[in-house]
Amino acid sequence: MVSAATAVRRRRRPSRRGGPTPYVLLAPAIVLLVLFLLVPIGYTVYLSLRAARVTGGGLGIRKETFVGLDNYASVLTDSAYVDGLLRMLLYGLIVVPTMLGLALLFALLLDTPRVRFGAFSRIGIFLPYAVPGVIASLLWGFLYLPNVSPIRDVFEAVGLPAPDFLAPGSVLFSVANIGVWGGVGFNMIVLFTALRGVPQEMYDAARIDGANEVQIALRVKVPLIMPAVIMTAIFAMISTLQVYTEPATLQPLTDTVSQTWVPLMTIYRDAFVNADLYSAAAASVVLALGTLAVSVAVLTVLQRRAFGRDR
Amino acid sequence: MSVLTERPAPARTRPVPRPEKPRTRWVPTALLLLGAVYCLAPVVWVAIAATKGPSELFSTFSFWPSFQGGFQYNVTHLLDFRDGVFLKWALNSLLYAGVGSVLSVAVSTLAGYALAKYDFVGRELIFMTILAGVLVPQITLAVPQYLLMSELDLVNSYWSVLLPSIISPYGIYLSRIYAASVVSDDMLEAGRIDGAGEYRLAWKVGLPPMIPGMVTLLLLQFVAIWNNFLLPYIMISDDGRFPMTVGLFTMLNQGASQPALYSLVVMGVFLSVLPLVALFLFLQRYWRLDLVSGGVKG
Repeated sequence: MVSAATAVRRRRRPSRRGGPTPYVLLAPAIVLLVLFLLVPIGYTVYLSLRAARVTGGGLGIRKETFVGLDNYASVLTDSAYVDGLLRMLLYGLIVVPTMLGLALLFALLLDTPRVRFGAFSRIGIFLPYAVPGVIASLLWGFLYLPNVSPIRDVFEAVGLPAPDFLAPGSVLFSVANIGVWGGVGFNMIVLFTALRGVPQEMYDAARIDGANEVQIALRVKVPLIMPAVIMTAIFAMISTLQVYTEPATLQPLTDTVSQTWVPLMTIYRDAFVNADLYSAAAASVVLALGTLAVSVAVLTVLQRRAFGRDR
Repeated sequence: MSVLTERPAPARTRPVPRPEKPRTRWVPTALLLLGAVYCLAPVVWVAIAATKGPSELFSTFSFWPSFQGGFQYNVTHLLDFRDGVFLKWALNSLLYAGVGSVLSVAVSTLAGYALAKYDFVGRELIFMTILAGVLVPQITLAVPQYLLMSELDLVNSYWSVLLPSIISPYGIYLSRIYAASVVSDDMLEAGRIDGAGEYRLAWKVGLPPMIPGMVTLLLLQFVAIWNNFLLPYIMISDDGRFPMTVGLFTMLNQGASQPALYSLVVMGVFLSVLPLVALFLFLQRYWRLDLVSGGVKG
């Protein structure tokens, strides 16, 4: 039974095959993956290639037929969807650098010697992670709402014109602020933990060479935790593509957030309000492919770093 | 990472580094406090606003609590709202997040252990599928998941939210990294030589060192399911089975036509933030986030 090849393999890495064991251990995960990941993906692709078309002349019976890439064509030429995509990109361009920049800044500050109130700041900045996206959006919604907003109160108290956070020109930034607020703490903790993993001697060496804390932060610390920064960046990008909760929650508070404000809102409307599953499916696939395209390149790098050793 | 293991070259020019002055660095401290204020201010505001009745919410100064009985009014009216549906939402959230996270961690841990510690046919295929799962937007799955659930006649049931919550591609990904770094191959090998079966080995040798990572994963999953909005929003139509997120969202939607509800929503937000904040402060020491960041250290 044992061929030369497997014999060599066995000698190199003894008895890691374990017969049926790995499959048994993986069974629950595989069943769930198939049911809630692969089947849905396959079905979405299938739906996206079909549509309900009226057939049978005067009787007008709606029948589901294969329409090829028609749905994709109409999705990509739908100005509302494309506007949503562009808005989402703009949102990402604001949120990802701001959130990660702040997270990195705070992590480095926390890691600086002789900083006071570190524990308090760390918990304080991390706290929004405990607040669900909907609740965070409700909360900020009230802070933005002209009648209630304490921020406007402050502006008026010092005699400045109160900003309108929900105006067409500013609402994107207001939504982005909720995203930054909710995500900065978690990313800060991840980066801070990575910094803690760096051996102290690295810094001592740099200090002996005469580097000051800013130089150490930028030249020693940041390069060392780059893998963690890249990983947080990927996850921030992925969550940008999935932005839904914040604008959907602000929607009842203002007219400036439309039903198609971001792609996921369009997909939700198509699928559950208009009952047009086919368009929703095509729009979903477009979004999923976008996510994949954004992530795969960076992930290749990431995976090599993460699994270089246990292979 | 050979850089890390190299010892620093002995310094010849300045043999003794200057002793650190115990002086506080005020600029970094101030920046951090500013960040903390930005993150805490909205939570403080909601606590203050919760003390205000519907008539005061829009009219009194925002940064000063009211003592006109608004707090009691909001609490009693919120708890009375639709026959105490708010408490039901809280219990539902607890159920979804509690049961979902425990099952999710169990599934993820077993899968991560198997992926890290065994060579088997299809390992890479399964792992690539899991990675793809991390990347696919939830709503892309939500539409067909909804159709699947309605096919199974499970739409609007607790199962429709619980079952999809159990599978966490990200959880499996983290478990694999964690198992690869903490479970010793030598120990497993020694166990095999002593004649232990694979399952006994997993139970006695493989899984115990993974417990700290499992606790962290449990917390991550708990928060993720507790915070989830889209899945229950799509699956559940009966407001008696809503989690808190969906419940408060629908309440806010009604508020657009009944502004008197706003003060109750504010109270609801306040009450929903409290337990999770308390949980966080209490569980801080159990967080092992090096699991999250450590997985990618070179």
